[in-house]
Amino acid sequence: MVDKQKIHLTVNGTAYDREIEPRTLLSDFIRHHLDLTGTHVGCEHGICGSCTILMDGLPVRSCLTFALQAEGKAIETIESLDKNGELSPLQNAFWENQGLQCGFCTPGILMSMKAFLEDNPKPARDEIREALSGNLCRCTGYHDIVDSVVAAAEAALSSGTAKA
Amino acid sequence: MKPANFEYFRATSIDHACELLSAHADDAKILAGGQSLIAAMNYRLARPQVLIDISNIDNPSQITDETDGVRIKATTTQAIAEHDPVVRERLPMLVDALEHIAHFQIRNKGTVGGSIVNADPASELPAMSLLLDAEYEIQSKSNRHVMAAEDFFITYMTTALQSDEVLVSILFKEPPKNCGWALHEVARRAGDYALVGSAAIIALDDGGKCVHVRVVLFGVASTPVRAKAVEELLVGQVCSDELFEEAAKRVSEVVDAESDVHVTDEYRGNVAEVLTVRSLVDALNRAQTAS
Ligand SMILES: Cc1cc2nc3c(=O)[nH]c(=O)nc-3n(C[C@@H](O)[C@H](O)[C@H](O)COP(=O)(O)OP(=O)(O)OC[C@H]3O[C@@H](n4cnc5c(N)ncnc54)[C@H](O)[C@@H]3O)c2cc1C
Ligand code: FES
Ligand code: FES
Repeated sequence: MVDKQKIHLTVNGTAYDREIEPRTLLSDFIRHHLDLTGTHVGCEHGICGSCTILMDGLPVRSCLTFALQAEGKAIETIESLDKNGELSPLQNAFWENQGLQCGFCTPGILMSMKAFLEDNPKPARDEIREALSGNLCRCTGYHDIVDSVVAAAEAALSSGTAKA
Repeated sequence: MKPANFEYFRATSIDHACELLSAHADDAKILAGGQSLIAAMNYRLARPQVLIDISNIDNPSQITDETDGVRIKATTTQAIAEHDPVVRERLPMLVDALEHIAHFQIRNKGTVGGSIVNADPASELPAMSLLLDAEYEIQSKSNRHVMAAEDFFITYMTTALQSDEVLVSILFKEPPKNCGWALHEVARRAGDYALVGSAAIIALDDGGKCVHVRVVLFGVASTPVRAKAVEELLVGQVCSDELFEEAAKRVSEVVDAESDVHVTDEYRGNVAEVLTVRSLVDALNRAQTAS
C-alpha cells in the first residue's frame, strides 16, 4: 500500500483539502472525490478532449494530469460556467445553435473554447476548426459546433466584453 | 484504464530531482508534463514505482537569449516556447515544429525536455534538435555534462540519458542569418504524430550558392535522422528544383522504415522523398526572399 498524500487546491473558487492515492488522476479526483461529474472521461489517453478543464486559466487534459500535480492551483470545470442556473453566453450560443447532440463531448469543448475565445476574440472559421481539432465529437459532424463558436464570439463582441 | 500505484515526490529544483533520482535508483522516473508518461501509465505500459515530479519547479528564466542560439529549460512547456518572443524571432522553424505537436491543450502541459527524452522517432523536437545542432545540458547528483543531440538518440524511445540523469536545458543553435527553412509532415489527423516528416534549412552566399544546409527526416527510422548524403550534394551548388529532386533520391540511404498498421514501408520511403523535395524548395524560396 502506498501512503495517501495531502492535496490542497481550488476548484471553481472553492478551496479543498483531501488525502488521495498518488495515482489519482485529476479527472477522477474531480469526478469521484468532489462529485463534479460534468467533466467527462472518454479515452484516458489525451485524444478525445472530453476531460479538458482549466488549470490556472489554461486548458489541459485532466486525464493526463495527476491530481497531485494540481497542488495549489486554481481549477475551473464546466460547473463554473453558468451563474445560478443562467447559462453563460458561450453555453447559450451552443444551446441556440444546436452545438451538441448527446452532450458527451460538450464540457471539454466549452472549456477549450472558453480559453480559445479569450485568446482570440475574433476568430476566423478556419481558426475555430483548427482549435476544435483537439476535441472529438461523435454526433454533430462539427458544423453546428463551429456555428456555435462563431455565435459566441459575435455575442461577446456585441455586448462589448471579450468574456465568453 | 487506471495507472498502478507509485510513490510520489515533488521536486523543488533540478538538484533536488537529481538527489531523489539517485536515492531511488532504477525504480524512479521523472514526471514532467505527463503527456506521454501518464498516457503510458493509464495503459499500464509503464509502471514506475516512484515518480519525481519536475512540473512545478520554479523556473524564473526558462528561455534565454544566448550568442549562438536560444537556451530553453527542459521543463518549459511547449506552449510557452511556442509563444516566446525570442524563440519566434530567432528560431521561427522551432515555432512551426511546436505547432505541429498534438493540440494546444496538450502543449499547455507537455514540456520541451519531455518530448526530447521521450524520443519518439516521429516526434518533432528530436528532429528539430538535429536540424538546429542542439546541445543538451544533462545533470546527475554527481555530474554535469553537455551532449550533442546527434549522439543522444539511440533507438525507439531510447536515449543516451542514464537512469540517474535529468535533462536540464536545450541549446538550439541559431542557423546563419538569412537562411530559409521549411517543415512538412503527413499525419492522418490534425495533431497526430507524423507518419513521415521532413525539415530543411538552407543558407545562400552572395552569389546564390548554398553555404549551409540541413535536411532531417522523422518517422522513417528508429530515431530522427539527418540526411547527410542529401546535404553533401547541395553544399557549394546553385540550387534548383532539378538538383533537389536528384538529391532527395538519396533519402533512401537513411529511411529504414517498417510497415505498420498505418502505412507500408514503401509508402514511407516515397513520401519521405516527396516531402524532402518540398522542404528544400520552400526553404530555398524563403532563403531567396530573406537575402
Ligand atoms: C493526443 C496526443 C497527441 C500527441 N501528438 C504529438 C505529436 O504530434 N508530436 C509530438 O512530438 N508529441 C506528441 N505528443 C506527445 C507530447 O505531447 C508530449 O508532450 C511529450 O512527448 C512528452 O513531454 P512531457 O513533458 O509530457 O513528458 P512526460 O510524459 O512527463 O515524460 C516523458 C518521458 O520523458 C522523461 N522525462 C521528461 N522530462 C525529463 C527530463 N527533464 N529529464 C529526464 N527525463 C525526463 C519521463 O521520465 C518520461 O520517460 C502527443 C501526446 C498526446 C497525448
Ligand atoms: S478522457 Fe482525457 S482526453 Fe479523452
Ligand atoms: S454531442 Fe455527442 S459526442 Fe459530441
